[in-house]
Amino acid sequence: MSETLQGAGRPVPAESSWTPVDGRLLDVEDLFVEFRTRDGVAKAINGVSFSLDEGETLAVLGESGSGKSVTAQAIMGILDSPPGFITGGRIRYCGTDLLGLTEKQRREVRGPEISMIFQDALSSLNPVFPVGWQIAEMLRVHRGANRSDAREGAIRLMERVNIPAARQRVNAFPHQFSGGMRQRIMIAMAIALDPAVLIADEPTTALDVTVQAQIMALLAELQEERRMGLILITHDLGVVADVADRIAVMYAGRLVETADVHPIYAAPAHPYTKGLLASIPRLDQKGQELSAIGGLPPNLTRIPPGCPFNPRCPYAQDVCRHDPPPPLIEVRPGRRSACHFTDRVLADSEVEFDHTHPGAQEEGR
Amino acid sequence: MSREVILSARDLVKHYPIRTGVLRRTTGQVRAVAGVSFDLYKGETLGIVGESGCGKSTLGRLLVQLERPTSGRLAFGGTVEDLDAGAPDVVDMVAADGNRLRQLRRDVQIVFQDPYTSLNPRKTVGDIIQEPFDIHPAVEPRQGRRRRVQELLELVGLNPEHINRYPHQFSGGQRQRIGIARGIALNPKVLVCDEPVSALDVSVQAQVVNLMERLQDELGLSYVFVAHDLSVVRHISDRVGVMYLGSMVELGDEEQIYERPTHPYTQALLSAVPVPDPTLRGRREEIVLSGDVPSPANPPSGCRFHTRCWKAQDVCAVEPPPLAPRPDGVSAHDSACHFAEPRTIVETVDVS
Amino acid sequence: MTDPAGIAVSEFGTQPAGEERSAGQDQVRSLWSDAWDSLRRNPLFWVSSALILVFLLMAAAPQLFTSADPFYGDLAVARQPPSAEHVFGTSSQGYDVYARVVYGARASIMVGLLTTVGTVVVGSVVGLVSGFYGGWLDALLSRIGEVFFAIPLLLAGILAAYLFQPGPGSGLVSQVLRVVAVLVVFGWPSLARLMRGSVLQVKPNDYVNAARALGASAPRLIVRHILPNAVAPMIVVATINLGTYIAVEATLAFLGIGLRDPAISWGNDISIASSIGLVRAAPHMLLFPSLFLSLTVLAFIMLGDAVRDAIDPKLR
Repeated sequence: MSETLQGAGRPVPAESSWTPVDGRLLDVEDLFVEFRTRDGVAKAINGVSFSLDEGETLAVLGESGSGKSVTAQAIMGILDSPPGFITGGRIRYCGTDLLGLTEKQRREVRGPEISMIFQDALSSLNPVFPVGWQIAEMLRVHRGANRSDAREGAIRLMERVNIPAARQRVNAFPHQFSGGMRQRIMIAMAIALDPAVLIADEPTTALDVTVQAQIMALLAELQEERRMGLILITHDLGVVADVADRIAVMYAGRLVETADVHPIYAAPAHPYTKGLLASIPRLDQKGQELSAIGGLPPNLTRIPPGCPFNPRCPYAQDVCRHDPPPPLIEVRPGRRSACHFTDRVLADSEVEFDHTHPGAQEEGR
Repeated sequence: MSREVILSARDLVKHYPIRTGVLRRTTGQVRAVAGVSFDLYKGETLGIVGESGCGKSTLGRLLVQLERPTSGRLAFGGTVEDLDAGAPDVVDMVAADGNRLRQLRRDVQIVFQDPYTSLNPRKTVGDIIQEPFDIHPAVEPRQGRRRRVQELLELVGLNPEHINRYPHQFSGGQRQRIGIARGIALNPKVLVCDEPVSALDVSVQAQVVNLMERLQDELGLSYVFVAHDLSVVRHISDRVGVMYLGSMVELGDEEQIYERPTHPYTQALLSAVPVPDPTLRGRREEIVLSGDVPSPANPPSGCRFHTRCWKAQDVCAVEPPPLAPRPDGVSAHDSACHFAEPRTIVETVDVS
Repeated sequence: MTDPAGIAVSEFGTQPAGEERSAGQDQVRSLWSDAWDSLRRNPLFWVSSALILVFLLMAAAPQLFTSADPFYGDLAVARQPPSAEHVFGTSSQGYDVYARVVYGARASIMVGLLTTVGTVVVGSVVGLVSGFYGGWLDALLSRIGEVFFAIPLLLAGILAAYLFQPGPGSGLVSQVLRVVAVLVVFGWPSLARLMRGSVLQVKPNDYVNAARALGASAPRLIVRHILPNAVAPMIVVATINLGTYIAVEATLAFLGIGLRDPAISWGNDISIASSIGLVRAAPHMLLFPSLFLSLTVLAFIMLGDAVRDAIDPKLR
């Protein structure tokens, strides 16, 4: 992580002064990240900007290689460098650019202010320590709690994330828990210090659907209770529809569409979002034709010129292949799309996606 | 659809011994598949759904004879009852060996889940797809094999000129196409697909699903489609079986299972699937199951689901309910619950 | 994927690596040719290969390097320091040290190569069989291996060399074969364990299952699918071991139980040169054979490292 990038030496506010500016927790501005690998420079993030308010759930939606996980790592300050380098942009938390902080200052943000849960809970927990000890460790290190207080705190947290018989299982080891229970323990660790922002990177991808439903319900409940800002990173359009307030769709390291959750499902404005929605089978539909998006996501070391989606896009014209990638511009109030032909896409979507549930239209729209 | 049975299973059981200690003594059994029966009809897709550990993958491996059943019957070319009646052209899959077994391996093939471990990284795509012919030389004369491999590549939507490339030069979706090409090389009648799209990116899944549907139409294949994704299974399947802890708890037409499920587990499973439609938020009924799936080494007595079931009564802990036709409001379909009754979980919209 | 970095890397791993790359470049890139590419770019590989080449040449045709006779001792010029006539000086017997060193390469290289071939053949066959078939056969072979494995190679060498003394004046080849036999008997279990481990890793892969589902025979599974994917760690360890075997041979000779006259061996010469008094009177006698021995061992270990980096960068 580059500490000299910009704003070095900026005075860091004391812990108490991390207060959101007008409810705004996080502001990512024009972020660029690249990975310098043996096979060339992979441009993982190419100018991404978004924000997160208190109590808001932002879903970052994308496929593997879209840059969604790298974005989360950059915000957390856990990007492996090398090979990863932040080459531009700002990540403001409560008005302060995190990229200008020293590693020590970052550590004081990581955990108490911004924390994260990962897809693979088993490998994220240390196998040789009891789970209760690992949760208590957070309280000891950051809060200076003594052993017994930290232990009590760990038990309360385990109870909060609905682990049955928490007091009896506080000394159990990670492998003694099921996948869903491990994910709950991860969540307990992540919320131990009452963070203002929680980043969940594919939190349920490794879990069965019935367990997924439990975990998503728990996350929603915790967020409500603590007014956390939640960034949910996922590829699952179903999960997103259930919990997100706003959605940011990523493709090849760029945001291609951002919108509130309802309009984006009712009528996607970017051809990629539209393609995704048309290509997933839905549980509540029969006789559905899946129209697949042709081609493959681009290799990040060789992103095609023009709009990165142009080789797979049914709307692509010469302008898409030659002009610089279209910027993310406002197409409707609160909706942004990065496409030269947004209006045509919107018009088509409004016709195509008009088969919602009987009686469901009046709400939500 | 003709209702001619191509493959049939009766009371299929697979136990894996648990060995412990220095002497590797058998101290228990993991009951991965505990008495599964079904018929697969010609040209249909039978979806098998369930959560991890329910035995659906083991079932798939039993069908392609990667595992031998602990007990139970498997017939190919007709039902087990046809076999017992001495019908010609019906093969006992469990007893088959030698030439019979070789022929069965041509007729029943498999596509695996993980496109990264299912292709030998040190062989070219051409060698991988040609291997079926090398093992069964009678299918295709030696000189025609290369051309046949190229035809197969084209059939699954890959460039035949890439025959000399290695698997790592392809993306996940393309690798899965290679796996499918290998699976259909010997013109099988049944293709067992073990989670064939769950390792793929969302935008690529549809390509592979559509490819499989096209191949089914063109080649008249029957699919056993094993998956945990209920939406994909609904899309591709004609009939669906739901598994829990090694048992088939419900089996019926796609419509019967998704619109009129009668088994509580199926109902809970369906209710947990998120639907990509925010207008349904909070309107969908969610049945949240308590606890975890019990260990298949020590399954509950009676109905295996009774420990997590909100309908469970005393009888459920004692008497395992048989998989038998039970009324679902419109007709009747197989369900293994003493208290089976239909309940609408998913409001279905017909968009065909 | 323990760390977030792993997640990041794997995101790129799922990219269609060869899709666009292939346009202008090679169409066919096997994993072996990839390994060769990265090997070629490693200076360590070139340095070690050059050294090994020189030593191989020395072993095959020592006459190319010196015209002196290693067996011609002129006591009149004994223990002389390096000079224009005897670049490495002379020994206490009046032998030309340079000629002795050059001719000594043959014994060392032969022992190293033959022992490696022997341990690799025995080790991979045993490892493949026990890994592939498992069950009682695996248990039996593994226990036998452990018995030999439990005895340190050097200790076993000393014991065996004492028990089976060569007859006086037996030739180089028969002496070498004796040492090789001892080293192979006690050296194969480590390679067998390694091979068994890789086989167990490769066996559950779905490409092996796919071949089984097609009805492939056991030999076909082993030769076509398991061996090519399990052999890489073996190559690396065998290369490094080659250097180690040379060092063990020298140690045996140093202790007076390895190769001995008339065979010329670096270890033997080092042994003579390190007797009390000689070390101070004629340090060159000790220095040059030791230097060559160390260089040879080092060269093979460096080559092994380079090969390991090329085959699997993650092992580094």
